[in-house]
Amino acid sequence: MLTALLAMAGLALFLGLVLGFAAIKFKVEESPLVQKIDAILPQTQCGQCGFPGCKPYATAIAAGEADINQCPPGGEEGIRKLAELLGVEPKPLNAEHGVTKPKSVAVIDEDICIGCTLCIQACPVDAILGAAKHMHTVIESECTGCELCVAPCPVDCISMAPLTEDISTWKWKYPVYSIKRT
Amino acid sequence: MENYLLILISTVFVNNIVLVRILGLCPFMGVSKRLEASIGMAAATAFVLTLGSGASFLVDKYLLGPDLIYLRTLSFIVVIAAIVQFTEMVLHKVFPLLYQVLGIYLPLITTNCAVLGIPLLIVQEQHDLVEALLIGLGGALGFSMVLIIFAGMRERLEGADIPPPFRGTAIAMITAGLMSIAFMGFAGLVK
Repeated sequence: MLTALLAMAGLALFLGLVLGFAAIKFKVEESPLVQKIDAILPQTQCGQCGFPGCKPYATAIAAGEADINQCPPGGEEGIRKLAELLGVEPKPLNAEHGVTKPKSVAVIDEDICIGCTLCIQACPVDAILGAAKHMHTVIESECTGCELCVAPCPVDCISMAPLTEDISTWKWKYPVYSIKRT
Repeated sequence: MENYLLILISTVFVNNIVLVRILGLCPFMGVSKRLEASIGMAAATAFVLTLGSGASFLVDKYLLGPDLIYLRTLSFIVVIAAIVQFTEMVLHKVFPLLYQVLGIYLPLITTNCAVLGIPLLIVQEQHDLVEALLIGLGGALGFSMVLIIFAGMRERLEGADIPPPFRGTAIAMITAGLMSIAFMGFAGLVK
């Protein structure tokens, strides 16, 4: 009885020590920084920062190739969080990349739409539904409000409608950027 | 030397772990849908089975001895799990490429019944360390061979015109059964 207990306890202790030692000795250095930065960015994939999406921007920030103040949708709160994460001073949003706007969604005036599909091709998150020569519409829950579809429209039928905060659109502030202008 | 060769042939063909001993059926049926996945699984199993056989043989011989036989199953599980964890860490650090190939399959195979069954059979049959390692390796080779052959067949079966009631798992089971019958032909090859 006692031998059995001692044997198993000894075995477990030995293996535990070996594993604990190996966990320290063979620790693999990964770069979780990109993921952490990417988690702070608002995932609008709007490209206003000058990079093709949020992940490339995060990679550029992690590599020190981009500044932290190039993300208008993230707003001041996003910059503050990035500064906190990277241990640098927060700075005001770089105006050449755009200004922070309240969260809004694109709305297509369906009477004017000619079904040219140009906005579908511009949408980075596939939130616009429609076919050639048929009226298009925006899937409101998918739209990130990046405004990339506004410029290509030849008949200017797309407008941005601010989202009012109601029971269905409200969500916890952290870790998403603030919905209202701060 | 001849003895070792016979052990290998015996474990790979005559006492094939899957088709004759009917151990390790879950990865055999579960991971044999795609050839690449089955190759990863086969490599991981070969790794774990060989190491696990040797280590549990040592534990049985020097720690448990004849008095604590009833602790075999328990201690083998612990030892094999720890060894897999350890090799996973070392692999991740030293051979990242191999680690990527084995990937998820390495921890997955840890507590597989074949991986536990082979060491238990080894200690029951009272082999020495080299034989234990060889049996582990042979079992793993047999498992890998059967798994990869079976995966290849299942990939081809997907394109075959199978009667509707037999589609999917049913035809896989029948195929496995036929393979098992075929492997019975090896019986008597090694005494």
